[in-house]
Amino acid sequence: MPQGTSYKPRRQGAYTHGQTAAASLFLLPNLVLVGLFLLVPLVLAFVISTQKLGSLGSPQYIGIDNFITLFRDTIFWETVWNTAVFTIFTVPVGMVIGLGVALLLNSVLPGRTLYRSIIFLPLVISGVATGVLGSWMFDQYNGFFNKFLHAIGITGPAWQSDGKWAMISLILVTLWQRVGFDMLIYLAGLQGISPDLLEAAKIDGSSAWQRLRHVTVPLLGPSTFFLLIMNIIYSFQVFDTVWALTRGGPDFSTTTVVTYAYREAFDDHGPQQLGYGAAVGVFIYLITLAITVIQWRFSRTRDEAG
Amino acid sequence: MAIFTPAYTPGVRNVRRRARGRFFGLRLSLAIVITLVMVFPLYWMIMTAVSPRVDLYQSGLHLWPSHWTWDNFTLPIKQFPVWQWFRNSAVITIAVTVITVIANLLAGYAFAKLRFRGRNALFLLLLSTMMIPVQAIMVPQFRLSIDLGLFGNLWAVILPESATVFGIFLARQFFLAVPDELIEAARSDGAGQLRIFVSIVLPLCKPLIAVLTLLTMLSEWNAFAWPLVVLFGNDQLFTLPIGMVTDLQGQYTSNYGALMAMNLLMIAPMVILFVAFQRFFVQGLARSGLK
Repeated sequence: MPQGTSYKPRRQGAYTHGQTAAASLFLLPNLVLVGLFLLVPLVLAFVISTQKLGSLGSPQYIGIDNFITLFRDTIFWETVWNTAVFTIFTVPVGMVIGLGVALLLNSVLPGRTLYRSIIFLPLVISGVATGVLGSWMFDQYNGFFNKFLHAIGITGPAWQSDGKWAMISLILVTLWQRVGFDMLIYLAGLQGISPDLLEAAKIDGSSAWQRLRHVTVPLLGPSTFFLLIMNIIYSFQVFDTVWALTRGGPDFSTTTVVTYAYREAFDDHGPQQLGYGAAVGVFIYLITLAITVIQWRFSRTRDEAG
Repeated sequence: MAIFTPAYTPGVRNVRRRARGRFFGLRLSLAIVITLVMVFPLYWMIMTAVSPRVDLYQSGLHLWPSHWTWDNFTLPIKQFPVWQWFRNSAVITIAVTVITVIANLLAGYAFAKLRFRGRNALFLLLLSTMMIPVQAIMVPQFRLSIDLGLFGNLWAVILPESATVFGIFLARQFFLAVPDELIEAARSDGAGQLRIFVSIVLPLCKPLIAVLTLLTMLSEWNAFAWPLVVLFGNDQLFTLPIGMVTDLQGQYTSNYGALMAMNLLMIAPMVILFVAFQRFFVQGLARSGLK
């Protein structure tokens, strides 16, 4: 600590030294936690993925056998497909709805802050609670949706025993939960657009649609990019909603990759195929890393500007 | 659809009417319909939670309980250690919040205001850990928690869940706005770095502390994947979400009244926090993209 050294503005070196000592103390708690519980496990994940490790017995080195098994595992590819379908249907659809709602609630309306709060509310409700609620509303015998469809003369689909419909129910539940986030980010983005610009476009004789298409949407670019990355990562990593809503079923039809990693490595009874689960984990990490690198390449200015 | 409507147009007689813009009625009805669609599932949850069981299995839609009942709350509370789960959730949430907020504030300050070698490299290293999902590292983390003797008590959840860096970035941005002159003036008075941080910088950063505290509480109260991995088998250690999927969903496969009642119990603390501190939640989520 620079207790004795008086501050000298011109001599950078002297106080940089004192600051290095202080900085290490300031960083210590976070570095210990992250090092021990994130970085060490990350390295060990690669190690364990090369082992044959059932429950908690002794590990046996098998090289890349787990990965060979993984790439031949048709269920694994099914879960990759499920994750892709889930992501493609939740991310763009959620963002379009979020943008629409943000535009609507950015205009002058009585009670708009109340509408915003209510649309935002599902975001503070856990994925588990959302999934349990969804499992009730989509119950194929007594749930709200099928009773409602029955009341208007339609036989509702088998939300729980038909894999395709189970995936649709998962997507709808996720949209309900996530659309408030898209709205929030777009509302913040809309706040940053100068009204003069839109007014000028209006005076030039452009229609409302043209102004949206050529002025508002391009100016919302940074919000769109941020949402795209955040939502892809979220959809790629979704687990709690899936587990509470369908347990990944029927069979594997709503099992995403992260859900598969859990199903292989653990289940309600504790550890199962730990080595193989770690290999799925390594795959998940590499995909996450790829998304993060893309984010950095395209938005390097974001943090530096901060 | 009018994107921008001028709040005041000079020289127009009916200013109020003009300010509403085009398609006012259409926009208002659309906003109300969307809001009702969003709030309906919550209504359905509350309605189910206070309805007698026979209501749920009648044919036809019933939008209102035939009579109110608390049975859906008392049954699971009698059959499972629900209050113990509530307490575990609270203990974990408070402990993780205290540890995370302190660690992130300290680190965020170091990155914003202290000059040291390797600052950028270290910052990038921490940034790169931000997106690692639990499922990528749960196997080694599980073995580690056994080796460290954490397994079988709540620390097995608390310590790994406290290893987060989200708050560092939020904190750093906030601290960057604190004027250097203030810190240098205190230093020339002979104050140490920790003292400057605690007695000069932190009092200026109450909104930051509020945002970090609320967001950490939110994500911990709702934490699921890691607690599910590490708390299996001992229902005295469960948190509410783990008790919900492990015990309640197994027991009440068709008693949705009980599930909805326990769902309400589970979401109530965060909904109350949200209503009370909405401004901070909105600010924090807008900046960090947490969740």
